[in-house]
Amino acid sequence: MSNAVIADKPRSTLRGARLPKWAPYAIAAGSLAVGIGISLAAGLHSNIQWGLIAAVLFVVGTYVIAARVEGPRQAKDRIATSLVWVAFLLAVIPLVSLVWSTISRGVKVLDIYFLTHSMGLIADSEPGGGIYHAIIGSLEQVGLATVIAAPIGVLTAIYLVEYGRGNLARAVTFFVDVMTGIPSIVAGLFILSIMLMFEMQPFGFAGSMALAILMMPVVVRSTEEMLKLVPNELREASLALGVPKWRTILKVVLPTSLGGITTGIMLAVARIAGETAPVLLLVWGNSLINSNPFEGAQQSLPLYIYQQYANSAGSGAAYDRAWAASLTLIAFVMILNLVARGIARWKAPKTGR
Amino acid sequence: MDTKEITDTPPPAPQPTPAEQKRAARGATRPGDRIFLGLSRGSGILLLVIMAAIAGFLTYRASIAISKDEANFFTAFEWNTGVVPPRFGIAVLVFGTIVSSIVAMVIAVPIAVAIALFLTHYAPRRLSGPIAYVIDLLAAVPSIVYGLWGALVLVPNMNGLYGWLDDYLGWTGIFSWQGGAPRSMLTVGILLAIMILPIITNVSREVFRQVPQMHEEAALALGATRWEVIRMAVIPFGRSGVISASMLGLGRALGETMAVATVLSPTFDIQASLLDPGGGTFAQNIASKFSEAGDIGRDALIASGLVLFVITLLVNGGARAIIARRKEYSGANA
Repeated sequence: MSNAVIADKPRSTLRGARLPKWAPYAIAAGSLAVGIGISLAAGLHSNIQWGLIAAVLFVVGTYVIAARVEGPRQAKDRIATSLVWVAFLLAVIPLVSLVWSTISRGVKVLDIYFLTHSMGLIADSEPGGGIYHAIIGSLEQVGLATVIAAPIGVLTAIYLVEYGRGNLARAVTFFVDVMTGIPSIVAGLFILSIMLMFEMQPFGFAGSMALAILMMPVVVRSTEEMLKLVPNELREASLALGVPKWRTILKVVLPTSLGGITTGIMLAVARIAGETAPVLLLVWGNSLINSNPFEGAQQSLPLYIYQQYANSAGSGAAYDRAWAASLTLIAFVMILNLVARGIARWKAPKTGR
Repeated sequence: MDTKEITDTPPPAPQPTPAEQKRAARGATRPGDRIFLGLSRGSGILLLVIMAAIAGFLTYRASIAISKDEANFFTAFEWNTGVVPPRFGIAVLVFGTIVSSIVAMVIAVPIAVAIALFLTHYAPRRLSGPIAYVIDLLAAVPSIVYGLWGALVLVPNMNGLYGWLDDYLGWTGIFSWQGGAPRSMLTVGILLAIMILPIITNVSREVFRQVPQMHEEAALALGATRWEVIRMAVIPFGRSGVISASMLGLGRALGETMAVATVLSPTFDIQASLLDPGGGTFAQNIASKFSEAGDIGRDALIASGLVLFVITLLVNGGARAIIARRKEYSGANA
């Protein structure tokens, strides 16, 4: 940001006294020390408390010192700066803790055995067992959902960008936006109400349909953005050569934006791979391997995590398995994300700039 | 354009009708074009049909449930679907959903806006790119993992904060604590805040990035400090964007299921204190009551899901309307 550089520049001595550059760090160190000191003296054990005390001291200290040396306006500026930094650090702590505890507790039981065995014959409270059945279930359900949602989503985006005029397009745009915000459990209840009508038993494909509903709007949104990036000159050049519009779209527009569309679909897959609620309602979970998504209850990774947590009555072995499954799920989602972003960077549409 | 069209129609009219012009301009006259247009328009219509079907099916099942309900569906404080006659109501769920979302918003919005400002205006440039990237990735962490972390890591660490709040703010009644496990609305709200933080941050950051450079430089040239630039140039420009970002976050907080289901220890009554365990939310209630629900129980849960659907529809529709209005507005200025 060039404005940030500009904001830093006016440090001329003509404008009156300024705190030295190291002042914020000194105040931060001082308030941290005092915060820990107070906590020790008062016998507080919680890390959260001494952190909060230090943060408050830092903000107040900055204001008081800056107000005395630099004047009220600069003091307000400094207090805003320190508040912004404090907010950032506050947000980082839980996120770091989340990643750290998942990794450190997840690696305990995560090994080849864990990845290649199911929970058959193993009670939830006993050690052992694995997530093979959950991985199979997840891959099948998410795969089927992608097969349904990706073509529909891409075609809808093509309609909106290439053909969409008038009320229908406006309605579709609006409802795609609204659909993005449907809670996953509502999508699950929708499929459930259909299943109740036909008195069906839970099976994997029902979960896939709910996941597809959640996936479609995400695919539409991202594909739309990508198609809009394709320069109009390309379309016009193709049309001017007498190529029909549908061939223009298939042979010119889609190949140009293929990288972005792939990225969007992969990000959508990453999103639905972590959905628990619809799977809980529609697929039920299963401790045995069931590789047929069209009949009988299946397992899925997120649901496995939930069941290991909820049904085990505080057994350490089950918690270990839940953490290991979380680590597997996060790794899967993150790899999808990273690969997707890599494709996006590699295949970014050449806009001629 | 096409030979068939010319031979089919009587000798070329000097001026084609507007409808023909339109069709020729769109090029939707060849069979391939017609099929492709049909397919893509069909997908769009299918999306609308799905939305309509969601509303229709949920309403149908909900009407079955509500017609059997002996208590008032909107005001009853109980959820007994297994007894004859069934008595259930959503008052507790409405309260719990709203309270947990408010707590989440109160915590998340200021912090998210501050982080967005940090990324666009404060962070060293070399840092801001990677941090934004990490926040993007955090938005992709599945909610069940947040739930597991919340239940096994966050909850045990909340005792100190709860005791402290009870000591100093217990007299308000909102922060009094009877010493139960901290699986209450406050912990749920904090966890939801952590979960919606990345979304609000991302959208706000995009908005702050679009602030015209000229406005900021003009303010700086007049001698404004960085904070004054933000207050006078950045915040006014980004306000509607921040509001819609917050509403998107709110939409997610309202419908969040697993994180609430793992952390909260639910009861079917309303607690005045945020610190005492109890209460419930729509999504959590559906997830935890589902496995033991009978026929009427499932329909009752679907009925509560319909209410959740309508609420999130309104919130998200509102957020999108604000974004759309802002787009037109800034488009006129550009």
